[in-house]
Amino acid sequence: MKKTQIIMGMPITVEIVDAVNTETIDSVFNYFKVIDEQFSTYKPSSEISKINAGLPENEWSESMRLIIDLCEQTKKQSSGYFDIYYRGKFDPSGLVKGWSVNNAAQILRKTGVKNFYIEAGGDTQVSGMNAVGQPWAIGIRNPFKIDEIIKVIQLTDQGMATSGTYIRGQHIYNPHNHDQEINDIKSLTVIGENVYEADRFATAAFAMGKGGINFIEQMPGLEGYMVDSDKNATFTTGFKEFVVNNA
Amino acid sequence: MKKIFISLAILFVFIIYSAGIRHQVPVLKKPSSLIATTAPTGSSTTSGTSSAAATTSTGSSTTTTTTTSGSATGSNSSSNSGTFKDGTYTGSVADAYYGSVQVEVTISAGKITAVKFLQYPDTHATSVVINQQAMPYLEQEAIQAQSAKVQLISGATFTSQAFIQSLNSALSQA
Repeated sequence: MKKTQIIMGMPITVEIVDAVNTETIDSVFNYFKVIDEQFSTYKPSSEISKINAGLPENEWSESMRLIIDLCEQTKKQSSGYFDIYYRGKFDPSGLVKGWSVNNAAQILRKTGVKNFYIEAGGDTQVSGMNAVGQPWAIGIRNPFKIDEIIKVIQLTDQGMATSGTYIRGQHIYNPHNHDQEINDIKSLTVIGENVYEADRFATAAFAMGKGGINFIEQMPGLEGYMVDSDKNATFTTGFKEFVVNNA
Repeated sequence: MKKIFISLAILFVFIIYSAGIRHQVPVLKKPSSLIATTAPTGSSTTSGTSSAAATTSTGSSTTTTTTTSGSATGSNSSSNSGTFKDGTYTGSVADAYYGSVQVEVTISAGKITAVKFLQYPDTHATSVVINQQAMPYLEQEAIQAQSAKVQLISGATFTSQAFIQSLNSALSQA
C-alpha cells in the first residue's frame, strides 16, 4: 500500500509492503498533521509562532523542550553549524523533519509493520525490504538536472537525507556568518542509522560548505556524498558499500 | 653559599611562575543556557513596509522583530547609564581567538531583559578544523546519470512555503 499527502508544505509518501489496513497508513499521516500544527513556522496558531511572538518559557510544551534540547545537542556536535536561531527568529525545522519521520517509523514498527519506507520532502527512513524482497533502492537527484539520478543507494534499515540549495533557492546559511551564502556545494546526501541522524547532520554539514564532507567522514555511523558546483562528487570512505552499480 | 641559595630561589620562583602560566588555559565561560527568552513583540520595525505587502498571502509569520546589525556593542551598555531604546540589537562578531562571540541584547522598558549568545567559541571547533586539514583526500568522481530502477529519490526539498519565504525575502529588499 502506497499513499502520498501534502503536509508541512511538502509531499509525504508512505509505502507499506506488509498487509495492513488503511487505518495503519493513515495513522502516519495523522501524526504528521499533529507535528505540523505544533511546529509550523507559517501557521500563526502553532507553538513555534507563539514562541516567536513571546510565549513565556514556562508555557512551552514538553515536546518543544525536547526539540530545543536536541537542537542544542546537535549545535554542540557540529561546532555551532547547526543553528535554530536565524536573525533572532526561532526555527527548528532543520531538525523537526527528520525527527518526525523517525518517530512515524517507530509508530509503524510498534504496530508490527516491518517492511516499509516513509519519505518526507526527500528525507527517507526505510525498514526491511521492498515489494520484491530486495533492499530499498534510493536515487540521489542531480542538483543540476532535477529529473536525473546520479547515484543509486541500497538501504534496508537506515535513514537518508539530502541538503541542498538547488530547488528552494538559497535556504541554508553559514551561522558563523549570516551574510555568507553557501554556493561552493550544491547538495550533500547523508546516510545514517536513522533519518533523524542523517537529516540533522546533513543540514549542519551543508552549512560548512566544502568542509562538510570531512565532518561527515569523521562522524561515526554516517556516510556522505557531496556534489560541488563544478559537478564533481566527493564521498566518504564507507559510502561505496551502499552504492548500486549502474546496470 | 649565599649566591647558590639566591639563584636557587630565583629559579624556584621562575619554575612556579612558568608552571602557573602553562596551566592557565584561557577559558571562556559558556552560557549556562543558550536558549534565552525570545525577543518581545512590538519592537521597532524599520524595514517592514515592503515585506508587509508580501505577508498578506502567507499570514503574519514574517513580521519578526527587527535586529540592528552591528550597531550595539557591549561597551555601549557599560558607559551609558541612561535608558536604552527598546528593541533587539545584535552585536558585531568579536574574535575570541578560539572562536567568535556574538550576542543579541533585548531591551524593553529601557532595560536589558535578555542577552543571547548567537555565537560562542566551542572547543570542538579546533578539532573539526584539524580533522578537515588531516583528511583532504576523500575519493572524488564526476557526476554521471544513472539508469537503475529506484523506489524513491532523495534530493533537496521543494516546498511551496519555502518558495513564498524566499519570495518574501526578495521583496523585502526591493
